[in-house]
Amino acid sequence: MKKSLIDMSVTANLSVNNRSVLLKMTPADGSVLPECKPGQFVEMLVEGEPKAFLRRPISINYVDVEKNELWLLIQKVGAGTLKLAEVKEGDIINIIYPLGNGFTIPNNKEQKLLLVGGGVGVAPLLMLGTELKKAGHTPVFLLGARTKDDLLLLDKFKEISEVYVTTEDASEGEKGFVTQHSVLTKERFDFIYCCGPGPMMKAVAQYANKVATECEVSLENKMACGIGACLCCVEDTTNGNVCVCKEGPVFNIKRLKW
Amino acid sequence: MVKTNVNIGSLKLKNPVMTASGTFGYGTEYSDFIDLSKLGGIIVKGTTLAPREGNPYPRMAETPSGMLNAVGLQNKGVDYFVENIYPQIKDLDTAVVVNVSGSTIEDYVAVAEKINALDKIPAIELNISCPNVKEGGMAFGTSPRSIEKVVKAVRQAYNKTLIVKLSPNVTDITEMARAAEAEGADSLSLINTLLGMAIDAERRRPILSTVTGGLSGACVKPVALRMVWQVSKAVKLPLIGLGGIMNATDAIEFLLAGATAIQIGTANFIDPQISVKVAEGIEEYLSRQGCHSVQEIIGGLVL
Repeated sequence: MKKSLIDMSVTANLSVNNRSVLLKMTPADGSVLPECKPGQFVEMLVEGEPKAFLRRPISINYVDVEKNELWLLIQKVGAGTLKLAEVKEGDIINIIYPLGNGFTIPNNKEQKLLLVGGGVGVAPLLMLGTELKKAGHTPVFLLGARTKDDLLLLDKFKEISEVYVTTEDASEGEKGFVTQHSVLTKERFDFIYCCGPGPMMKAVAQYANKVATECEVSLENKMACGIGACLCCVEDTTNGNVCVCKEGPVFNIKRLKW
Repeated sequence: MVKTNVNIGSLKLKNPVMTASGTFGYGTEYSDFIDLSKLGGIIVKGTTLAPREGNPYPRMAETPSGMLNAVGLQNKGVDYFVENIYPQIKDLDTAVVVNVSGSTIEDYVAVAEKINALDKIPAIELNISCPNVKEGGMAFGTSPRSIEKVVKAVRQAYNKTLIVKLSPNVTDITEMARAAEAEGADSLSLINTLLGMAIDAERRRPILSTVTGGLSGACVKPVALRMVWQVSKAVKLPLIGLGGIMNATDAIEFLLAGATAIQIGTANFIDPQISVKVAEGIEEYLSRQGCHSVQEIIGGLVL
């Protein structure tokens, strides 16, 4: 799939909670968005912030084909994302996309699919859930966060399908981590997709290995170029060091040395 | 029409813009974004005799207006390059130069010999300045004696254009430049990355797995410019300037300081089209300044 460098015009900057915003944008030249797969990402240019010298890799949250809009969920964690979260409607942001490979969409519609997200890691699962549903699947979400306020875009997930929730402070759903949710003891899933903090993904991968379930995770190793040139974002896999930006960011856990 | 072509020894470039080793893959990674034939040349990823896995992750730390890397010459080795990569890039309409790296003089010579046999590779860049490998690399580039030895040995094995890439991590870079010139280098490229370090204060740990790494990006430009200027006064060889070039103006500054050509490195990560934009920007500058050829500004700094 051809990658593009393009100026995007911001159509909306919606506050999600005090640490996150949802940016919607459309190509400034009026062109039609390319086909993007759930799990792919963009590299966003941050202008006017010396501390954010490199682009910021951000998961594609959703593509609204009708409105020709790309959605990006941004959590303010450092100088770069803080700056990006300040953009206003009509501002131009330069991005490179679509990058990397997406999640697998299974052919077998009978498979039970679980989409596990933690914190801002829920971002790609919105598009994944939508695409899985469109393909005739019935995805189930298991979303975890520290508190109720940190559960991002919960209403949008509920519009797609059933959502199980854990929070560390029990302010919503069951108390604890996603891997402690009772749904995992009551039901068996055939495929688990996971995106979130490293320790969470490792715990989910461990669970998937234990119950012998297929599992794909989306890694977020620190990267520079995003296109497989700099070799900075490598993950040590069964095939040696491979670029997360190019061969990932989605990996079947069988390829990882977790 | 402004003439933009330059010569580096017998290596002919259609314009002075090349892409730096380790920042541009094998060129093909960028073909979605630019027409590679608009570049003066491409210097491909550092190639060693045996395959190398490189250093463990994390290999990169962002720093103010720059970045540190500790990739450690990850590559599949020269035989893989010759069999699998060379066929894909040999017909690119630009000069393809191979960056040759090694741990011993014998390694450098062996890689140079294998590349010498490739018709469509008109030059090598001898990497004696990589700060991210335990053996060899920068160790060769930080003493005039060892530079003499490795350049002499490679010169005997390689009969096309030999570019030697200098390390900035030395007290006097002109001594290193003179040593490479004396043993038959056709050109010098400078600078490789500056040895640096980043610390995560909360965790009280270094960010890079290797503790130290090579600094590049906009922040290194003043150091690189100064070194190009000093070396241009010390040797007669054509120089290829690099270090923190982010736009055409930066590139022109290197030409004025005495570089015959320039390389774009880290800037490729931020704008994959920057190399072509720089080539176009140099041409615009020359027209605006009433120059007929890029030669008119090389070393044209007015004191």
